[in-house]
Amino acid sequence: MSIDKDKIKHISKLARISIDSKKSDSLAKDLTSIFKFIEQLNELNTDKVEPLSSILNTPLRSREDKINDGKIRDKILENSPKKNEEFFVVPKVIE
Amino acid sequence: MSEIIKKNLSEIIDLIKKKEIKSEELVNLYIDKVNKSKKLNSFITTCFEHTIKKSKDFDKKPNLNSLLPGIPLAVKDLFCTNGFKTTAGSKMLENFIPQYESTVTENLWKEGAILLGKLNCDEYAMGSSNETSYFGNVINPIAKDTVPGGSSGGSASALAADLTPATIGTDTGGSIRQPASFTGTVGLKPTYGLCSRWGIVAFASSLDQAGPMTKSVKDCSIMLEAMAGFDKKDSTSIEKKKENYSKNLKTDIKGLKIGIPKEYRVENMPKEIDELWNKGKSILKDLGADIIDISLPHTKYALPTYYIVAPAEASSNLARYDGVKYGYRSSKVNDLIEMYENTRSEGFGDEVKRRILIGTYVLSSGYYDAYYLKAQKVRQLIKKDFDENFGKVDAILTPSTPSSAFKIGEKTNDPISMYLNDIFTVPVNLAGLPAISVPAGLDKKGYPLGLQLIGKTLDEQNILNVAFAFEKNCNFKNEIKNWWL
Repeated sequence: MSIDKDKIKHISKLARISIDSKKSDSLAKDLTSIFKFIEQLNELNTDKVEPLSSILNTPLRSREDKINDGKIRDKILENSPKKNEEFFVVPKVIE
Repeated sequence: MSEIIKKNLSEIIDLIKKKEIKSEELVNLYIDKVNKSKKLNSFITTCFEHTIKKSKDFDKKPNLNSLLPGIPLAVKDLFCTNGFKTTAGSKMLENFIPQYESTVTENLWKEGAILLGKLNCDEYAMGSSNETSYFGNVINPIAKDTVPGGSSGGSASALAADLTPATIGTDTGGSIRQPASFTGTVGLKPTYGLCSRWGIVAFASSLDQAGPMTKSVKDCSIMLEAMAGFDKKDSTSIEKKKENYSKNLKTDIKGLKIGIPKEYRVENMPKEIDELWNKGKSILKDLGADIIDISLPHTKYALPTYYIVAPAEASSNLARYDGVKYGYRSSKVNDLIEMYENTRSEGFGDEVKRRILIGTYVLSSGYYDAYYLKAQKVRQLIKKDFDENFGKVDAILTPSTPSSAFKIGEKTNDPISMYLNDIFTVPVNLAGLPAISVPAGLDKKGYPLGLQLIGKTLDEQNILNVAFAFEKNCNFKNEIKNWWL
């Protein structure tokens, strides 16, 4: 799989990362070589193999649906880049 | 007095317990050396006021029954520390001050340890040389132009330079074991789920594990004992009783079966590493272990699998950095989408962006089956390789890395050659197994090399024992000359 500038544009849009066109050439080159490396996996026939998504063979634990913390509004707001009293501030979304 | 900080953690603990040194005195020795070692760039943040205050508190009412009584510890800057900056080596989190403590560090403080500072690392733990950190390269105390490995490079450098008596790192594909090997120290990646991931900045959640980095195997067992334990705040934490790794450490490995996987003899591997591997085999054989040749046929596919799984999980985990709730926000914000795109473009470094893009692509519509699902299937085959062999052997011995520490800048332009560093460490993460890197010798240049022991799931005690026996019979000596002072 060769990755060209158009593909970089598409993926970077999905990933919400703006990439300037200068960077996009070298990225396309890097990603092409990485995908060439990754595609070694196609040598293997995996038709009858179950995918492994977690190495733990026990199911994830569930807990009682009960509130166990809270009242930490100020802590949560502490690191926000822009806030107004008890709100995070972002650029206007709705006209 | 300064000889004290050259000692192993276990020896320093003994001095504290015998009241031959106070915690405050010890803390001051480390602070003094950290201040004189800025050239190594191993620390991102120090918190000496806090460290001194805590050591005074300890000395007033010392609890000598704890595992780490009054011991100052610097930790990788990927562990959230309540009230102290946690950057993950990224501009994105340059000013992030967590309002909570990671479970693993909390466990260390409960055992009497005291935070000394936060150690440099590759950005979001993505790297094998510590060169992707926003806060600059870290120098390997072995030689001034070499990297300490990564991503726990600051941890390895600080430990080898006697700036902390022990430390902790995280290991997603080798980030504890490779830097340990590069600096002549011991590093252990525990079984997936043994140490809580809660409060650790996430990279690839099905692979990330925290673990100890120390100057000796005994120290490693003490640190692991302090860190490990069930945590209900981590949904993949394993529910099991705490083990006394340090108390149960023994050198008797008679009759143990040690597997030697032929696939780890890779092309272009330096002769010295092969020789060292043979040396390792003969030491274990002399101690009464049975050396058995085994095959892990899918080894060569581990790295390509890793470079699908890890970026996929990273792209998902790092989606949270949007400039809204915490972290960096771009000043170029006309609308919401532009704010996201510029924030992430300016806040992340090149390697992180590369991996997010790879991950986004392999998960994107139309490509998921060809890449991500394929990788999950191969991951199954890699795990099966280990499962089948662990019926025949008790542990597996391999080299830790395909080379010794390399020069700064040597591999930064070629991502694949950088990724190949983790060729021997990555399979273990994919299979969720425990593995330890122990220093085994020096190469021609005098740079350290490590050997890796891989164990069965939750068999940390066994690999610690084999490593302990090996260490006692290997006579490795790290030659660090304090050239930067």
